[in-house]
Amino acid sequence: MDSPIRNDVPGQGGWAVEARGLRKAFGDNQAVDGVDLNVRAGTIYGVLGPNGAGKTTTIRMLATLLRPDAGSARIFGYDVMKESQIVRQLIGVTGQYASVDESLSATENLVIFSRLLGLGRGEARRKAAELLEEFGLTEAAKRPLKNFSGGMRRRLDLAASLIAQPPLIFLDEPTTGLDPRTRSQMWDTIRRLVKTGSTVLLTTQYLDEADQLADRIAVIDRGRVVAEGTVDELKASIGNSSLQLRIQDSRDIQSARRIVEQVLNVRSSVSAEAGKITAPMADADRVTDLLVSLRNEGVRLAEISVQKPTLDEVFLTITGHGVERNQASDSDDESKRLEEVAR
Amino acid sequence: MRTTALERNAARPLKNHTSFGQSVRHSLTMAYRGLLKIRRTPEQLFDVTLQPILFTLMFTYIFGGAISGDVHSYLPVIIPGILVQTVITTSIVTGVQLREDMDKGVFDRFKSLPIARMAPLAGALLADTIRYAIATVLTFAMGYIMGYNPDGGLGHVAIAALLVIVCSWAISWIFAFFGVIARTASSVQGISMIVLFPLTFLSNAFVPVDTMPNWLQWFVKANPISHLVTAVRDLTNSGTVGSDLAISLIGAAIIVAIFAPLTVRAYMRRT
Repeated sequence: MDSPIRNDVPGQGGWAVEARGLRKAFGDNQAVDGVDLNVRAGTIYGVLGPNGAGKTTTIRMLATLLRPDAGSARIFGYDVMKESQIVRQLIGVTGQYASVDESLSATENLVIFSRLLGLGRGEARRKAAELLEEFGLTEAAKRPLKNFSGGMRRRLDLAASLIAQPPLIFLDEPTTGLDPRTRSQMWDTIRRLVKTGSTVLLTTQYLDEADQLADRIAVIDRGRVVAEGTVDELKASIGNSSLQLRIQDSRDIQSARRIVEQVLNVRSSVSAEAGKITAPMADADRVTDLLVSLRNEGVRLAEISVQKPTLDEVFLTITGHGVERNQASDSDDESKRLEEVAR
Repeated sequence: MRTTALERNAARPLKNHTSFGQSVRHSLTMAYRGLLKIRRTPEQLFDVTLQPILFTLMFTYIFGGAISGDVHSYLPVIIPGILVQTVITTSIVTGVQLREDMDKGVFDRFKSLPIARMAPLAGALLADTIRYAIATVLTFAMGYIMGYNPDGGLGHVAIAALLVIVCSWAISWIFAFFGVIARTASSVQGISMIVLFPLTFLSNAFVPVDTMPNWLQWFVKANPISHLVTAVRDLTNSGTVGSDLAISLIGAAIIVAIFAPLTVRAYMRRT
């Protein structure tokens, strides 16, 4: 990947994405409110945030699909507005909703995209077959996409983004709605992409996904970048996992709590009705001691679990407010988020 | 993952514009996509198969006696008229389907590809000429079954068919424009019918112009649809080429010159 890049140091080290003060409003809604992003070539960069935070809008502006109201962005040194046709030759975009043709078959989709990218008839067929094999879709190649599962659609979508081997690939929530197995397959694919020298900019709502994949992460909220750094830096700012214990006999709960606080040397909280104790888990090794002590005291456990920091907690820590939430109940929360998206 | 599919192109020429040749190639590929879609969903063709048969039968038997004395002598008048009306009405569907198509995710990919901006539009419009061709053939076939025997000969009928298809393609840019700017597919249908209904009926397509009041005659004679109908009648009934043919083609060119850039610009602005 040498010639197309204008940076001094092509590939590793140069900037794949440089965005300054990107802004975009839809009516009254300021979807993106001054976003700065720098992505080094050859890395995976994660943009983390809840629905409606402005992730998709940001990606669409970087991918020349949407014109920013203000600010500027460069892809490998090329301006997304003035040199958009060059930028389009350097990027692949995989959207949140599969951007493939529903009424056509997988092969037909890939052949058409290949032809549009300048491949000859035979070349396009070969390329399509190659990509389908790589993404495990060969058997379904001739079926219309209507019968495809969500995971197959995403894979085809990603395959379509790779036809021209673009040095920069945008993935907008690549695993949202996928089952765990398909998700980890997707992760493997993304990792392999970077090994071949591609740069990946992905958005996600899941902390663990960013954790698994990204070299650097930007946390975005209400159209602004509220935190940026390596995964470790970000994690350090989030705080610890918490340990949850459910006690079989609720009469033991006070003594159990005393043991927890003594052994872990932390303050815990108790919800008596549920018979549950929650304590921050700074050092996982101490939990062994705790379990031994509990057995010695004759406290029987019904359930034990470790709660990792959730996106909600990340937001609470970083922004001082949680993910936008209906005061009434959690179940309303999802519908509210959906409304935000539908907007 | 094998490396073959992911290895990089060596030197990719980076240009910020698309050449004319590339634009044509991209448009043809998009047209190929349109044809594949029609093949996959043949029910899309219901309107272009049923409408010519139904309308030709209806109009001929309803108006034939009243306007030309009998059905048979009305055929040379009505067949070119109904042909133009049917095929142009068909072009509304282009706008409607474009609207539906554009709401799908695949158009995002088209926009993110380094292809000519107008290719997705031009391709869709080009693929729809197959619809016009079907409607044209069926209308002539219906006429022939009902006893229409054009004096201009088969060659001129073919030229007339081509003329109607070309002009409908040009007019479909207007509906494509509505398709791009409208919010929903049904509103495209609505706007387009309001525009097209008066245009096709306030013409010489069904009745002789001199039966109309003077003020209306003025409009009907200026109406480009009338010129197209006259051009088709000249070709099919007498095999002659008149000024109406030139006017029709110039009109078509003007429509494309105005609406193609307008449509492409509106298309690019949409998010």
